[in-house]
Amino acid sequence: MPRETLEREIKALQNEVLLLGSMVEEATLSAVEALKRKDLQASQRVVAGDRAINAKRFAIENACLSVIATQQPVAQDLRIITAILEIITELERIGDYAKGIAEITLRLGDQPLVKPLIDIPRMAQKAVDMLHRALSAFVAGDDHAAGRLPMEDDEVDGLYNQVYRELLTIMMADPQKIDGATYLLWVAHNLERMADRVTNICERTVFLAKGEMSELDTSKGDTSGAP
Amino acid sequence: MNDGAVARRTNEEALTEARYGALFTEGNALTMGDTKIAVQGLNVFYGKFRAVGDIAINIPDHRITAIIGPSGCGKSTLLRALNRMTDLVPGARTEGRVLLDGKDILAPGVDVVEIRRRIGMVFQRANPFPKSIFDNVAYGPRLYGTRGSQLEEVVERSLRSAALWEEVKDKLRHSALALSGGQQQRVCIARAIAVEPQVILMDEPASALDPIATLRIEELMRQLVSQYTIVVVTHNMQQAARVSDLTGMMMMRPDRTGELIEFGVTAQMFTRPKDKRTEDYITGRFG
Repeated sequence: MPRETLEREIKALQNEVLLLGSMVEEATLSAVEALKRKDLQASQRVVAGDRAINAKRFAIENACLSVIATQQPVAQDLRIITAILEIITELERIGDYAKGIAEITLRLGDQPLVKPLIDIPRMAQKAVDMLHRALSAFVAGDDHAAGRLPMEDDEVDGLYNQVYRELLTIMMADPQKIDGATYLLWVAHNLERMADRVTNICERTVFLAKGEMSELDTSKGDTSGAP
Repeated sequence: MNDGAVARRTNEEALTEARYGALFTEGNALTMGDTKIAVQGLNVFYGKFRAVGDIAINIPDHRITAIIGPSGCGKSTLLRALNRMTDLVPGARTEGRVLLDGKDILAPGVDVVEIRRRIGMVFQRANPFPKSIFDNVAYGPRLYGTRGSQLEEVVERSLRSAALWEEVKDKLRHSALALSGGQQQRVCIARAIAVEPQVILMDEPASALDPIATLRIEELMRQLVSQYTIVVVTHNMQQAARVSDLTGMMMMRPDRTGELIEFGVTAQMFTRPKDKRTEDYITGRFG
């Protein structure tokens, strides 16, 4: 019975984080899909949608401050709130990556893509899936799942390396394509960074449960900090 | 009784939505609801000394309004003026208007006893009568002529509302003084509720209680607010922050008259107060 108010407010904050997460997931997938189809209007929508993402991030931050000031959370309650503050920053950055991808589509304009997109959409799908599961683990307080998730970053890194090699080959074969290939490199880089940010989110979930910050290493087999 | 409980829960959820939804609305606009008590130009004198000066505040219905401020700033005096308890102090004089649902309770010819029924009070130190739990809660209704099974219903309903029924239902004839501090305070709340007030004034209701009992009283206040309007005076800022929807900050002027320096939504007051004096006080830099 005690602290019902605080519990309700934390629950509402967690729901808002999930909501922000799905806005960001949607933006990422839309941006990559729009790039694939060279859909300029869809890209413009992603760019415009970033405003709503930023606004929601600030609204959640404000609400966190209010909860801290009015409910004086301590111990795990406090770690949840500070974890939320960090996570929404990561989500907002990921939103910026999605916007960046959409802006690249707009910059490419009529220019045909230097290669059909296969690995880039795979990276996007994987990164979005990881993000979704990371946020679910956070809300559930599942530090086991959160500890294991960063290992899947290897898959994204692998795809990135592949894209990098292919685009470099294209650039060396035909200097006319350097421009277009560089843009695609940036897109791939944004998605690779997105997966890295998901790792940060997972670290917060582990911190939440254990009370200690530790780096979750993504190298194969080495997961210091994971249970 | 069941419908009432369902309605109360829905109201409480709606109230939490409103209170909490405000955190997610741009501009943090909390719907203030209708004004239950409008205070206009209130001055309270003890003899020649003006204890509170020029108070203007609108207490909204179905909200918890907290009044905070340093010792001696007149918070209790303001609270007591709201149901004319100040009349009981020899030499006290009240000027201005206190409008309950638009009608001035300070006007001549007003039935003061009726005012104090509609605007009940709970004090800092629990003061149950030296009687049984039942007789404490039944005292007021009995004066109004309630008897028999109706009286028992009123007592049970009041004790349930005060979140005390389950703990005392098998010992209603026991002395109220045998209860713990927190329980005694809830008897006093039940006693106030039994005469069906519209407003409950609380003067430091938990300051004599341990932390767990304090939190239970605070949760009780949040349950009660869907049915009543609550005004609470507290020197415990964290309590004011936890429990209230709106907060009024009072301060002593150099001539020692208390004035209201800021009044607003609690979440805003404790994150972005407008007045520097408020900020100094709530951050502990005052004095």
